[in-house]
Amino acid sequence: MRFSGLKILKEGLTGNRGWTPHWRDPDPKAEYDIIVIGGGGHGLSTAYYLARDHGLTNIAVLEKGYIGGGNVGRNTTIVRANYFLPGNSEFYSHSLKLWEGLEEDLNYNVMHSQRGLINLFHSDGQRDAFARRGNAMINQGDDAILLDRDGVRAHLPYLDFENARFPIYGGLYHPRGGTARHDAVAWGYARAADRRGVDLIQNCEVTGIDIENGKVTGVRTTRGAIRARKVGIVVAGRSGQVAAMAGMRLPIESHVLQAFVTEGLKPVIDHVVSFGMGHFYISQSDKGGLVFGGDLDFYASYAARGNLPMVEHVMEAGMTLMPMIGKAKVLRSWGGIMDMTPDGSPIIDKTDVAGLYLNCGWCYGGFKAVPGSGNCFAHLMATDRCHGAATGFRLDRFRTGRGLMDEEGTGSQHNLH
Amino acid sequence: MRITCPICGERDRREFYYQGAAIALARPAPDAGEAAWDAYVHLRDNPAGVTRDLWQHESGCSAWIVVTRDTVTHEVLDSALAADIGMEAGA
Ligand SMILES: Cc1cc2nc3c(=O)[nH]c(=O)nc-3n(C[C@H](O)[C@H](O)[C@H](O)COP(=O)(O)OP(=O)(O)OC[C@H]3O[C@@H](n4cnc5c(N)ncnc54)[C@H](O)[C@@H]3O)c2cc1C
Ligand SMILES: [Zn+2]
Repeated sequence: MRFSGLKILKEGLTGNRGWTPHWRDPDPKAEYDIIVIGGGGHGLSTAYYLARDHGLTNIAVLEKGYIGGGNVGRNTTIVRANYFLPGNSEFYSHSLKLWEGLEEDLNYNVMHSQRGLINLFHSDGQRDAFARRGNAMINQGDDAILLDRDGVRAHLPYLDFENARFPIYGGLYHPRGGTARHDAVAWGYARAADRRGVDLIQNCEVTGIDIENGKVTGVRTTRGAIRARKVGIVVAGRSGQVAAMAGMRLPIESHVLQAFVTEGLKPVIDHVVSFGMGHFYISQSDKGGLVFGGDLDFYASYAARGNLPMVEHVMEAGMTLMPMIGKAKVLRSWGGIMDMTPDGSPIIDKTDVAGLYLNCGWCYGGFKAVPGSGNCFAHLMATDRCHGAATGFRLDRFRTGRGLMDEEGTGSQHNLH
Repeated sequence: MRITCPICGERDRREFYYQGAAIALARPAPDAGEAAWDAYVHLRDNPAGVTRDLWQHESGCSAWIVVTRDTVTHEVLDSALAADIGMEAGA
């Protein structure tokens, strides 16, 4: 089933009774060429690009819960290419370009909205840092505009410009940044992968990885053993546990990140805005809810919920920046489990086990990476060579100390990102 | 989440600084080699369940504390002064 304007019109007029399921619900086969563990955004996009770009279709995605139940359906949906360091910069640039053609490619409306992202700064030092970041973005071929105070006011008249403690000096404007509907991204990739013959197997938890003579031979699951020539681990916050099934310890600590959404309001916040003097960022969903969040709770956690101190901090920071939101009622808050690396940058690499590949460490920023990560990981799994946009994401950079990508410049240590 | 400082008693989590896994107490010898240092600085067991991590009672008595905690429920099970536990305990 393909979507078209005509089909939508017809269904709309006939009670929407003609839609069929978007993907099959197959039982696992005994053997696949490639198994992707994890049906989040990255696992689904990996399977899709393996099929689209490398002609491989004997593939299964094994998901322990349901498609879209992990972080891919829990994030605050920001899509941007404003990274600073070589290694990250070209990767996110590549990913944003894939976003820009994604809806046509998948024949699915993921509601990608390039509404513009503005990162505010509040001191001379911050202005210098953002000017430098903006130059790096422009050098990479992406877009960045340094706004002064009046420039920010023209876009965001509702901010508290009188705040004496945290004066607004300006902002770095990234017009191609924006948001997308997160579930739709999962569903769109799932449907597109399924249509190319990929088996999406839900309620199928991987419980073991079989290795013989240093080579992967398959996995054990709650739905039986499945053989495979190649296996990719793409399980975000659960990376440590699944890698342990192959005897690996990873440079990953799992942390909880919270997010919040208010009742639906009329359009009021047109961009994605982040505060530079506290952890707070916000956008408004197309349904009208204000979607916002802050920083990690900052302790290792597998609870998909956080604690109150970070809730309080996020609310305080929001009220400091834009007091107008004070009367909006928060409807829901939740948390997701983040796979944090010491330097805050991801890993797309082979492992020491032949045929076993690793994609993890996306920290709190892996939604924007969904197209790029799947594209580069599929390339690695299919060809055994690193994709040109992801050469920096090596696993051994921690052991050797070469090629660490610490965007925040705080040090390569677990509790600092 | 509230954490019990062995000296000050049960306090708000905000009074404490989180350092990370208690492996931090088991610092290798300077010449232990790349693998040992990589394991110490970067690699983590990262358990879903009971873990031991190192916190400092930063806004209280400044003591370093090893907290035994459940990462799934956020329940704090035990805490002890790092000074009483010694180096090997972090392993
Ligand atoms: C609150 C919050 C806000 C965020 N905001 C943003 C943002 O604005 N912009 C941005 O770019 N990023 C953001 N992120 C980060 C982003 O959501 C993640 O980095 C990204 O979704 C992780 O990749 P994924 O989609 O593949 O993960 P997931 O969707 O978590 O997929 C992993 C899947 O693996 C499955 N799995 C685990 N173990 C097993 C097993 N043993 N067997 C089978 N399956 C298994 C899980 O069930 C899960 O479905 C945010 C995250 C959170 C929590
Ligand atoms: Zn104390």
